[in-house]
Formats: sequence, structure tokens, C-alpha cells
Amino acid sequence: MLRVEADLDLCQGHAMCELEAPAVFAVPRKGKVTVLDSAPAESERDAVQAAVRYCPTQALKLLDE
Amino acid sequence: MTLREPRLVSGAEPAGHLEELRRDPIALLRRVRDECGDVGRIDLAGRPVILLSGAEANEYFFRAPDEDLDQASAYPFMTPIFGEGVVFDASPERRREALHNQALRGDMMRGHAQTIAREVGRMVAGWAGAGEIDLLDWFAELTIYTSSACLIGARFRDQLDGRFAALYHDLERGTDAIAFVDPYAPIESFRRRDEARRGLVELVGQIMAGRAVAAGTGAGPPPRADRDLLDVLMSLRDPDGRELFSADQITGMFISMMFAGHHTSSGTAAWTLIELLRHPDQLGDVVRELDTLYAGGTEVSFEALREIPRLEAAIKEALRLHPPLILLLRAATRDLAVLGYRIPAGALVGATPAVSNRIAADFPDPDAFVPGRYAAGRQEDLVNRWTWIPFGAGRHRCVGANFAMIQLKAIFSVLLRDWEFELAQPAGSYRDDHSKMVVQLARPCAVRYRRRGGGR
Repeated sequence: MLRVEADLDLCQGHAMCELEAPAVFAVPRKGKVTVLDSAPAESERDAVQAAVRYCPTQALKLLDE
Repeated sequence: MTLREPRLVSGAEPAGHLEELRRDPIALLRRVRDECGDVGRIDLAGRPVILLSGAEANEYFFRAPDEDLDQASAYPFMTPIFGEGVVFDASPERRREALHNQALRGDMMRGHAQTIAREVGRMVAGWAGAGEIDLLDWFAELTIYTSSACLIGARFRDQLDGRFAALYHDLERGTDAIAFVDPYAPIESFRRRDEARRGLVELVGQIMAGRAVAAGTGAGPPPRADRDLLDVLMSLRDPDGRELFSADQITGMFISMMFAGHHTSSGTAAWTLIELLRHPDQLGDVVRELDTLYAGGTEVSFEALREIPRLEAAIKEALRLHPPLILLLRAATRDLAVLGYRIPAGALVGATPAVSNRIAADFPDPDAFVPGRYAAGRQEDLVNRWTWIPFGAGRHRCVGANFAMIQLKAIFSVLLRDWEFELAQPAGSYRDDHSKMVVQLARPCAVRYRRRGGGR
């Protein structure tokens, strides 16, 4: 099962994750990330991996459990 | 437990280490680590500066809340540049956040990459088939255009020419460390700084006057889609119907918005090119990588947002070896402690990218240009998150880092597609000028260019 974690201490609201995986992440205009789905389906794996990779502050983690 | 006093580094003169900081800061900062270890102390004309390096001390520095280590009061040399008496209804911190986050959000980046590629195209449009450029002048002018176009708007950028870049350069040169004692000391670089700021206010004032005339003579305001930040700021009125911001205030806002991203991107672009030209094998790898990437006809605005591993590694390595900021500062608001050492209230506290980025235990062969250290499996930037610090780290990590990487990828995608370069002076003769707090390339810093045969 997939699990998504966000470190809000590091998030700066760049919203790159929202571009990569809009079903899993939302970032308001002036705020930090909200994880919409912390246990996304397998079909989201590639998108979430891209979100983790392109996060400018390395605030995201994808765990396989 | 009693706290120890951080050891004072050798070489104090009557004004402490101020003169050495103005003359050769890198030697001073390195000596602090050599003599004192992770926590040492220099003296700036009577004010203690506690200097930290190494993962543990840096982590303390980058995690500390603003209530303990305050950023705003630590850079006295910036006040005369941004301008005093610029009144806003929000704190500068909040205002910066509001203005910046909009332009720096991920969904803006594709447009920025396109804008940057276009600006590089405009700069090289005037090139002959072959010639020579001064890297400092060339990249400083380019990044004035890219940052103004991306952060303020294309309409404003189109009203700028080389004069804005030249004045901005004088502003950046007005960052002598003597500002720690007196930001208005009667020295030549400060006189030129103040003159340059007045010149910028005049240029922005002329642009504003021109727009006001155009709006008043029937041309009306520009279509909504063309409006830029200057149009927006000019349209704001106070409760009495008067213009909310003067040319001086707006210029101050623009200066502060552009400042963090200007000399930093300009210097990193120059150093990436210099290091690649010093290492032809690496340059060949990067050019092949770009040729392959763009062979299918994709746009720079698309690829610059994706991974370009060899180019990115070269940029990261240029950043590690030549960090645009060599000393990051905070002011201690109360008595604090780090690794068993005392930090007295009122002291400045510094982390030093120039020193931490070259710690041999974290970065084997620390003085060598080795882009391979960022390859999958090594990733020395991620492994050493508290010592690979060209962008700082933690909660104050540079908010423009993502924009900067995209900008640099876009610049080199265009430059290396159509042009080849060679050093125009001995490889070892390129160096930084560290006599000001804003680090710039020292002259001479020339390279030659030639149009690539056959294109790609």
C-alpha cells in the first residue's frame, strides 16, 4: 500500500506537486500543501513519484507499506 | 552545564576582523573552521559574530525560529539599497511573501521558462558569427531582463535597456562590509550606490510618467492581459484618491524583489559556463545530453521543467564551489547555546556556504569540479542536506531555488544549442571579487563564442 507524507516545516507552497499529481495534492494560493489522499491507489504511483522528485524543498515522501 | 565561549580566531586588528572580511573573507572563514572547529568567533569592530559550520551546527542555524535568530536585522547593508521609509500596511516579510509566492508558484514556471528562452534569444540576436563577451556584463544584463520580465512583467521589461542593468550593478557593488559599522560611511562605493538608486528611481519615474500620459491621452489603460505589476501598483489609491505609491517606493519594491535572484543567477550562470569550459569532457556530455533532448523538437519551456541530469549536476557543482552568498547571517535576539557554546544576545550568527560546501568528509575531493557526485546513488546534495547549502536550508531555504534551476536550464538549453564557447584567458585566471558582501565575478572574465556549425 502506498502512503504519502508531507513535512510542513519544509513546504513553501511552490505547488509543483499539484501539477504532477492533482488528485493527491492541493496547494492554496498563499499556503502550504494539503495531502488530499494520503493512501493513494497504485495508479497514482508514477504521478506521486514525480511530485516527490520535483518538490523544490524535498518536503514530500512516498512510502511503500 | 556551563557553556563554553566560542574561541576567537587569530588575526584580530584594531577593528577586529572587519578589514580582513573586506579583503579576503574566504580565507578568514576557512581559518575559523581550521582553528576553532564547528563553532568559532570573529570580531566586527566590537560586535561578536559566531560562525558555524558542519552538519550539526548548521542544522541548529537553519532550524532556529525567527524569534531566536532574526534575519531582518542581520543585513544592515541592504537598507540603503531597498530604501528607508518605504511604508507598507504589511510587514516587509509578509509583503515579500505575498508578491513572491504568486510569481514563483509551479504553475507559473512554464511561462517563465518560455520568457527566459526568449530573453536569451534577444541577447544573442545581436551577436556576429563569432566574438567575445564579458561574462559579468553579459549575464548581469540578461538576468535583469529575465527577472524583470518574470517578476514584474513583459511590459515593464520592454521599457528597460542596458542603463537599468548598469545602475543595478552599482547598487550591488554598494555592499561593503563596512556597513556593519556604518551603512552610510563616506566611501566611494556607497556614494555610487546612492547615486545609482536615485538613477533607478528616475528611470522608473519616467516609465510611470509615460504610462500616465498614455492613459490620459485617450489611449486608455492597456488591455487586462498586458498589464504588469507596475500598472497594478500605479492604479492603487489611498482613501483620499491619491496615488498610494510614489516612484521611490515602487522602485524600492522592484529592487527588493529582483535583488535575491539577480547577482546569484548571473554569477551561477557564469561559473557554470567557466567550469564546463575548464572541463571539456563534462561540457561534451552536457552538449550531447541537450542535443539528444531537443532532437525531437520539444520546447525549452517544457524540458527546462523536467530533469536534465548532466546539466543540473554541472550547475549544482558550480553552486557548491562558487556559492553566490558566502556568509548567511542572523542576529541573536536573546542568549542562546549551540553545541555547548554560548551565543550572547545581540551577537550575529553566521553559516558559511563557502566553507561548509567544501567539507572533505562530506564532499570527497572537495575542491574539484565533480558533477558525478550528484548521480543516482551518490546524491551528495541530498545526503548532506545541512552542509550542501548554496541555497541555505530548512525553513529559510531560498524560495527562488526552483526558479533559479529552471532559469539556468533554460539559459543553457538555448546557448549551447546554437553556440560554442572557449575561454579567452588562462583557465585559472577566472575568480570572484570578494571585496563586497555581494559576490561578483572579477574582471577580466572574457569568453569567446562562435556559431555552431550545421546547428542541431
